[in-house]
Amino acid sequence: MKMSKFFAWLAIAVGVTYFFVPLLGTFEFSLRMRRGEYSLDAYGSVFSDVQFQQTFGFSMLMALFTIAFGMLLVVPTAYWVRLRLPQMRPFVEFVTLMPLVIPAIVIVFGYLRLYNSSSYIPFTGSTFGTNILLVMSYITLSLPYMYRSVDTAMRTIDVRTLTEAAEILGAKWPTILFKCIFPNVMSGVLSGAFITFAIVIGEFTMAALLNRPAFGPYLQLVGANKAYEPSALAIIAFAITWLSMGLIQLVSRFGKLTQSRP
Amino acid sequence: MPFLALANIKKSFGQTQVVHDFNMAIEKGEFISFLGPSGCGKTTILRMIAGFEQPSGGTIHINGKDQTRLKPNQRNIGMVFQAYALFPNMTVFDNVAFGLKVAGQPKAEIETRVKEMLKLIHLEHLADRYPYQMSGGQQQRVALARALAPKPQVLLLDEPLSALDAKIRVSLREEIRQIQRQLGITTVFVTHDQEEALSISDRIVVMNAGRADQIGTPSDIYNRPTTRFVASFVGTLNIIEATIVDPAAGTVMIGDQTIALRESIADKTGGETISLALRPEAGSLSESAKGDTALTGKVVSANFLGSVVRTRIAVGKNTVSFDMFNSPDLVMPAPDEVVTLRFSAGDLLVIRD
Ligand SMILES: Nc1ncnc2c1ncn2[C@@H]1O[C@H](COP(=O)(O)OP(=O)(O)OP(=O)(O)O)[C@@H](O)[C@H]1O
Ligand SMILES: [Mg+2]
Repeated sequence: MKMSKFFAWLAIAVGVTYFFVPLLGTFEFSLRMRRGEYSLDAYGSVFSDVQFQQTFGFSMLMALFTIAFGMLLVVPTAYWVRLRLPQMRPFVEFVTLMPLVIPAIVIVFGYLRLYNSSSYIPFTGSTFGTNILLVMSYITLSLPYMYRSVDTAMRTIDVRTLTEAAEILGAKWPTILFKCIFPNVMSGVLSGAFITFAIVIGEFTMAALLNRPAFGPYLQLVGANKAYEPSALAIIAFAITWLSMGLIQLVSRFGKLTQSRP
Repeated sequence: MPFLALANIKKSFGQTQVVHDFNMAIEKGEFISFLGPSGCGKTTILRMIAGFEQPSGGTIHINGKDQTRLKPNQRNIGMVFQAYALFPNMTVFDNVAFGLKVAGQPKAEIETRVKEMLKLIHLEHLADRYPYQMSGGQQQRVALARALAPKPQVLLLDEPLSALDAKIRVSLREEIRQIQRQLGITTVFVTHDQEEALSISDRIVVMNAGRADQIGTPSDIYNRPTTRFVASFVGTLNIIEATIVDPAAGTVMIGDQTIALRESIADKTGGETISLALRPEAGSLSESAKGDTALTGKVVSANFLGSVVRTRIAVGKNTVSFDMFNSPDLVMPAPDEVVTLRFSAGDLLVIRD
């Protein structure tokens, strides 16, 4: 009993050391831009960089579109599968998991072949078209996370009976979906959204190969050319991710609170 | 023309037919219960009335209009589900208002109607609560108010009380019945609890394997079951096997005892085996008991159940149960004691399947 407790703590200690020592080192390094004392100069330099603002803004925008259109795709799909096609669930789950298995670089080369400027659907022929393609590729990448979180939220409500209750009261499907189902899976939608946000902000491959000015390629550029700023950026990126995670926790706890008792 | 008419309703899921030629005529304002064991098709019929399932054959008319092909949201039916199914994201007020909002009623009217409904279920003070802040009984009353708010033509309830505990089940079923009478709404109530069905229904449909075995008033169903299934499912009727001695005289033999029946069995032949039904409250052990018929048997067991004592005696190959009202001076029969059960011959029913 005591022994197993000791090993449990040991495992935790090893884990914490493994994760936090490099992070602490990076953080410490990012504070050393000014010679001989700690300062936030590196952060100041990062935040005042016009390119940082532009690329971060661009990635934010892409993330918002990804979340909006991704959810419009995922929520009705998850709903429909639960309601009418339960036998299709394993298949749909398999499809949503594909992006985890297929490397992003394969996907993006596929895109470039299919949608290049001399193809039938020349998305890459214009900036706007490329942005659309980028959002679609982000939706693909975040599909596993969005679908899972929405589907899990749907499991906690009785989708079928709620739908029938609304239907017999005279509601048509847009009302059912947006008034009766959507608000009850909001916790899942939000946690999916935050994960998506974290993924899109840091994504490199798609943006780089589609040649869009996103935050990921900017991170790489700075990392290759500067000394202290990359560490500051790494810490900032971590902070964003953690903020997203914290918000997920908050949202799911709130979600649990409002669930109806069985 | 009845208000709600189900004619030759059939339903198959794939190869298995779960409802066979179901016919039912329900008058306006009637309270009908579907009673039957699990899996006999009660929910399936209710869902066909609601429009959630399409019958494989037959028609459904409400108030003279054919509903068979209409979608659930075109039928104007109220439904209460076993698991309440309140919208978790809406307050009690918004839940009850939902059907009215969907119908596009003006705000002021919605407010009046919702208040009226909440008053009916005595929950005016909880209008701002969310479903998760209420007990099961309260949630089910809100579900009832929500179903009734848009003034539906028919109210359907699918085992609305089975998720609640015994005390609330009894008080809520009475409340449902009282509200139903007050509004005069045609109601179909599904249950597998015979006491529930007997206590609140105008008429009961006893269902067995996708068919209606018997349709009748609670007293009909209980006192004059027409099939063996109804006799055994409703109440704790004794089924006694007897051999006919003389069809013309109406005498039968149970074990080695011969008794005379009041009901005519002249259509049967001597030596044939028939089933007789006897309600447990029809018999008595007392010497002074009225009754022209007696059966002697050995006591198998005697159980104290509170207000009654249930005794089982062996008569030939049959075990017959009967109940005696408890009183302080009641002597409990002892096992293996030989006793004589007296009852009226009129209480013995011949079961003709
Ligand atoms: N969607 C379906 N697909 C296939 N079979 C079904 C379906 N719905 C019901 N059944 C079958 O139809 C039969 C009747 O089911 P139904 O739900 O109507 O029973 P019930 O009388 O309501 O039972 P309970 O008291 O358990 O609720 C059952 O054998 C059930 O397995
Ligand atoms: Mg059922």
